Parts: sequence; structure tokens; C-alpha cells
Amino acid sequence: MAYFQKEIETASREQIRAWQDERLVKTVNHVWNNCEYYRNKMKDRGVEPGDIRSRDDLYKLPFLTKDDLRDAYPYGLMSMPLSECVRIQSTSGTTGKRVIAFYTQHDIDLWDDCCARAIMAVGGTKEDVVQVCYGYGLFTGGPGLNGGSHKVGSLTLPMSSGNTERQLQFMTDLGATIICCTPSYAQYLAESIHEAGLRDKIKLKAGIFGAEAWTEEMRRDIEERLGIKAYDIYGLTELSGPGVSFECEAQAGMHINEDHFIAEIIDPDTGEVLPEGSKGELVFTSITKEAFPLLRYRTKDICVLNSAPCSCGRTHIRMAKPMGRSDDMLIVKGVNVFPSQIEQVLLSKGLTSNYQIVVDRKGVTDSLEVRVEMTPELFSDTMGAMTQKETEITEALKAMLGILAKVSIVGPKSIVRSEGKAVRVIDKRNLYNT
Amino acid sequence: MTIKQLSIFAENRNGALYTVTDILAKENIDIRAFSVADTQDFGVLRLIVSDTDKAKQVLAAADMIVSITDVIAVEIPDTPGGLSSILKVIYDNNVAVEYMYAFVIPHTNSKAYVVLRVPDNDAAVAVLQNAGITLIDDRTVRQF
Repeated sequence: MAYFQKEIETASREQIRAWQDERLVKTVNHVWNNCEYYRNKMKDRGVEPGDIRSRDDLYKLPFLTKDDLRDAYPYGLMSMPLSECVRIQSTSGTTGKRVIAFYTQHDIDLWDDCCARAIMAVGGTKEDVVQVCYGYGLFTGGPGLNGGSHKVGSLTLPMSSGNTERQLQFMTDLGATIICCTPSYAQYLAESIHEAGLRDKIKLKAGIFGAEAWTEEMRRDIEERLGIKAYDIYGLTELSGPGVSFECEAQAGMHINEDHFIAEIIDPDTGEVLPEGSKGELVFTSITKEAFPLLRYRTKDICVLNSAPCSCGRTHIRMAKPMGRSDDMLIVKGVNVFPSQIEQVLLSKGLTSNYQIVVDRKGVTDSLEVRVEMTPELFSDTMGAMTQKETEITEALKAMLGILAKVSIVGPKSIVRSEGKAVRVIDKRNLYNT
Repeated sequence: MTIKQLSIFAENRNGALYTVTDILAKENIDIRAFSVADTQDFGVLRLIVSDTDKAKQVLAAADMIVSITDVIAVEIPDTPGGLSSILKVIYDNNVAVEYMYAFVIPHTNSKAYVVLRVPDNDAAVAVLQNAGITLIDDRTVRQF
């Protein structure tokens, strides 16, 4: 077994606990002293830094949600002077819900460490050639795994996403051994490799796949078709990016980097902390971040934690693959889509709120369809007027979501309603193992 | 001088048109003319019927989306060159046509009728009447 930071990754539970107690107190004082938004939030809750003496007191702190991030946009949650911050990253593609996170150089170093742990956990060494085909830029996928690969000392191919032909050329010419991308892109690459008859020319042994929900069936499919081991990685831009947790060779849950993040499972309705092993919403508190610490950030991912010892020797607690969402966010083509954004566009175009979102996956490509019920206002005896309206809606959705949605006009009252309420989202992909 | 046309939204699925004609048949409404325009997803059924207002009412009651549009109906001789003579007038006078369709009524002495949907009815009516072309109105349609 190889570890990037053996003493930390295999530390005793007592040691991990001691780090968490100490670093939580430090982080709470840091945000109290340096971030007015947090100070006000804590005051509203009647909590002062002195009330938080260990992680046992964590429950006293208020939750932070995506709404807070939007309210505080852009600089409200920055907890270091701008002069100390060196980078931002941002969530994918959406205008309505864009989230930005700040990093000091130290924050980036720790983030890179987390990704390096993930790469070594799948068997990566300095002898490996790591092909990173997550997007580079505002998206955290590319920069995160790129930094981790550097720390491991692997030869890093900063491919970014897309341009499959070039991906395959570098993969075969340079003998890439580890690939990092979304699981759906891995499936697409597998298909392209087979079509091009390149299966014998690739040297891949492992893949690190994240940024989307994926099932055990997808894992088996990717492993068979590429002849590799496929590993999951988890993270959120808000918390740094990929590497908040990662799978080891046991492929039995993702180890949370507990020296940097404290995980809780709560009841999404009441906010009550649930005992270990319960299924609920995953909440993270960052305890080492400087520029953008998040206290009790609600991920909306439904999950289970497991602190049983792992065969890999790592002692950090494991999280299961997320089993769903406590909100209605969809991830389509790697982009976060909220039904409320689609509704907003339809209403702005004078349409009723009778709509339905259908997400499907043909082969390995996601499709997004927005069905809109025809209304007397939208209807015209000339086709030109209606197709123009369809085009307008399509373009407005593209501007809002960043991805193309097919707009279909359907008959009045043809969208099925249950108990009087329309079923807004039909996701045919079955991305969660339940 | 215009006539009233019914336009009905039809989903692209089996039986969508039959649903419309069935309702009209049961109400004893006669269809004088019809045309269908369609995209990949849906169609528009355009009808000239014996009782437009009643047809609209019964179709709307069946949750259909129906609108009434004023269109021009031109009488032409049902002989070779009949349609062409009308189109020449339209072309010579730069009248834009959104869509058109034709129908014949067997007992009207070899006459055919062309329905024209244009952006500006008044202007098109003036052009056609100046050229000596006969237009028909709703009353005539009802008497067919």
C-alpha cells in the first residue's frame, strides 16, 4: 500500500479527533475575526467563538447553504484579505446559481495534497502518466487533479475536456496509465477506443471519475470496456473541488480527508444531526481553509457514513456514493441544472408553469428536453410564429443553463399531474443505486 | 371581405386529428375545407366549417386549443390556369402569403375556392377586388 501522506492517512482515530477539535476552534475564530457575514450569522444564532471548544460543539453553529453563497456573492464570504488570495474557481455553467470560491496559495497546496492522496490511493506513482480530461479553467476538476498529479510526481497531461481524437492520440502515443474525467466521458472514450480499434494500444490501469452521479453498473461497464479499475472521487467547488473524499483500492466507499473536513449527516427536514450509519444529508465543515472556509455547509447530497476499518489501512471515515439529492438539482452533461431556472425562463417568455423536464441518456450522452404545454397565448395558426417562439425559448434556456435543451411543445393538459401537481422532472438515467 | 377559419392545435400522435373530426361530426358540423401543417412535434389543423363559432365552442370544451383567424377566400374557375390567374395578381402586387389551400364544392358550377392567409387582409382584399376577382364571405360558405 502506498500513501501520499501515510502518517495522516493512517493516523489513529484519536489523533484525527484531536486535529478536528483544534482546527475547528481555530477556523471558527478565524471567520469570526475576518468575515462579517459569518460573524452576523453566528450572532443571529447566539453563538460566539468561545462556545465552540471541540467538534462536540459543532451542532451549535448555524448551517450554511448555497443561498448564503449567493447572498454573499461575490466577496462576502472571503475570509482573508484580497492580497492573500491567489485564485478563484466557480461552479459549472449556470448564471442563476453561480458560486465562486477563493483560494490562498496555502489552500491550493492542501487541495493538491487531497488530490495527490486520491491518485496514490488508486496506485498512482511518479512513474505514471496521468491524463486529466476534466475541464480546466473555472471548473475545479482539471486544476485539482492536475495539482495532485504534480504532487505525486506523475507526468501530467493537462488535456482538459473534449477533442476526443486528440485525447486518444496522446493516450496511445504517451502511454497514459491513469485517466481522470467524468464517468460519462470515460464511457464515451471507451466507445471511441473500440471504434478506432485502439484497445490493444492503451496502457491505462486506473481511472478517477467524478463530478457526476454514477452507478455500480457504470463502473463495471467502464472497467470491462477499458480493462481498468474505476474509482470514484467526490468534491464540491465550494469546499475546494475534487478530493474532499476519494476511493481507495478497496472500492468500498470514499475516504473523507478528515484532517481537512468534518462530515456530519443530518435530517434534511429538521437539521438534526443523525447517528453514524444513518442515511441523511451530508454536511461539511472545512477546518484548514483560509480564504473561503465553510462551516456546516449543506451539500444536499443524501449519503451514509461508515467508520469501520478499511482494508487499505486508511483510518479516515468513508462516505457511500451519494444516493440522491435533498433538493431537485440535476446534473446534465456535467452541468448543474435547477428546475427553478427553467421555470424562470419559461415565465419570462410568457409561458405558464406547465412544463416538464425529461433527462435521458442515449448511449453515453445526456439529453435534456423541456416539454411545454401549448397555451392559447402561444398558439398561432401560422407555423412560423410558433417555431420562432420555440427558438426563442431554446436560446433563452441555453443562455441560462449553458447547455442545449430541446424544447417540445405538447398538448394542453398532456403533462401528467399527480394529486393535481405536475411531475416536474423525469430522469430516465437511474443514476443512483438505491 | 373575409371568412373565418378555425385553427386547432394537434399533437403529433395517433388519433389527434380523428379526435377533432369526431367531435365536429357529433355536433353535425360540416367541414368545407381543411389543411394540416406540421413540425416534428405538433401540427396545426386549419378548417373552414359550416358553423365556426359553435365548432370553436365544442372543441374548446374538449380542452383543445382553438383560435379563429380571418382569411380570404377567392373564387376561381375550376379549369386549367384558374389558380395561376389568381397567383399572378398576388405576385404582381407583392402580396405576401403565409399559407394557402384550395377546396371545391361539387354543386357550385365548376367553381373552386382558394383560402389565403396574408399578413394584411384589407390590402390583399383591395388588390384582388381591383383585379375583378370574386371573394366570398361567411354567409356564402354557410350556404354551400
